Amino acid sequence: MERVPILKLGEILLVSIQIDMEDQVALQLQEDLAERIVATRCHGVLIDISALDIVDSFVGRTLATIASISRVLDAETVVVGMRPAVAITLVELGLSLPGIRTALNVELGMELLARDASFDFEDAASMAVDEAVDEP
Amino acid sequence: MSDGERIEVGTDQDVVRVRQLVRTVAVSVKLSLVDQTKLVTAASELARNTLVYGGGGTVEVARVDNGRRRGIQIVFADQGPGIADLELALTDGYTTGGGLGLGLSGARRLVDEFLIDTSIGRGTTVTVTKWCR
Amino acid sequence: MALGPEEANRFAALLEERQEELVGAWTDRVAQSLRGRLSRTELERQTGELRKGFHAALAGGAAELGQEPADELRAQLTELSSSRARQGFSATETAVSVFALKDAVLTVLDGSDASNLRDYVAFSGFVDQAALFTFDSYVQIREGLIADQAEQLLELSTPVVKLWEGVVAVPLVGTLDSARAQVVMERLLETLVETGSPHAIIDITGVPAVDTQVAQHILKTVVAARLMGADCIISGIRPQIAQTIVALGIEFGDIATKASLADALRFVLKKTGR
Repeated sequence: MERVPILKLGEILLVSIQIDMEDQVALQLQEDLAERIVATRCHGVLIDISALDIVDSFVGRTLATIASISRVLDAETVVVGMRPAVAITLVELGLSLPGIRTALNVELGMELLARDASFDFEDAASMAVDEAVDEP
Repeated sequence: MSDGERIEVGTDQDVVRVRQLVRTVAVSVKLSLVDQTKLVTAASELARNTLVYGGGGTVEVARVDNGRRRGIQIVFADQGPGIADLELALTDGYTTGGGLGLGLSGARRLVDEFLIDTSIGRGTTVTVTKWCR
Repeated sequence: MALGPEEANRFAALLEERQEELVGAWTDRVAQSLRGRLSRTELERQTGELRKGFHAALAGGAAELGQEPADELRAQLTELSSSRARQGFSATETAVSVFALKDAVLTVLDGSDASNLRDYVAFSGFVDQAALFTFDSYVQIREGLIADQAEQLLELSTPVVKLWEGVVAVPLVGTLDSARAQVVMERLLETLVETGSPHAIIDITGVPAVDTQVAQHILKTVVAARLMGADCIISGIRPQIAQTIVALGIEFGDIATKASLADALRFVLKKTGR
């Protein structure tokens, strides 16, 4: 069985799906990714689906599950590169993929994750300030 | 109907083969890109139903011509348990297989014609057609 | 009635032996019906070619126009319809160019011979088939022309423009039907990908009315764009359209709407911090 490779790029895990996935391959990806998030302590996952010419309900559900699992493991997932025809079909199919964040391409997806990271940082900083103020 | 091609669906891999065959035929009858995508997606949903709920079966893809337009017809047939409550099975969000429950109802929205014939204990046959615009 | 092999042969011979007179008389009739809109030389060339076509078909033993020896003739007739249709001649004017062969044949045929007349009736049936075939292909070609023009109009009337770095807009003008709405929306989504623009403005200032289907298309596009990672704003909704949308019970949900294209652009730029 083929496997979808997961690359580590700095703080981000990049998954580029280049094959017409069997359902088993999609499930395997879900497992592999959870393990890699924990092993690498990355806080962002980018899944590039620009090579996919269809996304059916199974793949859609797998992407949603991956996003949820990542969130539990403190990593944000962004799905990038969905083709227009795929998006139109998903709307017709009735699949709105709630809980999945998307961006047009890898670059914009990276920006999105970077913005998250800086927000996190600011949050942490402001919390630290709050704590400092609270202290007598 | 002419030059139909047939695939036995017994594994995950066969579902992928169905998608690829439908794509090839869709390109050959010059379906628009969006319509190709809709049809292949519908085929993927229905072939998976044949595998998961029907316990496997056959998928037949053929070019059709009604005199005015060309199109593709796909027949998904299984000898599985059949569907007890068809209306319920065609409702968005209804599932017995742990999916999103969009397979049957969603696939129906993606094609031009959708026919389903099912009987308890004898199996289910779904016939879908998509016409060129 | 079908043309027997004997009759076909006799007419093939006639078309060959009396070709000059025939082409002359034929051209006269056609020129009369077209009233000088094509030069006589041009018409003479056309009828001359057609005569050759008819001769070849009959000499080859074609009893019906649909048969194999008449293949070349059918191709010629299609060609004739095509050029006439493009030059703006009417269907009747086009068909007459073929029918006139009957008159021309009458002028060279010896009418006193009864067997000649029987032959003529059979031959006349063959020419009728040819004329009807011409008429049919004329109509088909015209339909093709109209479809092409409609498509060109569609292309012209649906521009997707890049308004700013990361912002594209579709200014929609004119009545939107379901087919056009679909084309525009697909084009918009493609442009989002090509330009990598995360923001789109759909401006409907120039749209006089929308029906449920069109509104649904716009809504689906907004949802599809969101799935792809882009945001859509709808601007320029006229009061009547707003009333229609509410009356039809269409949910615009959390889709941003702005009064004008300018407001929409300002909103996007503010949101992106530019």
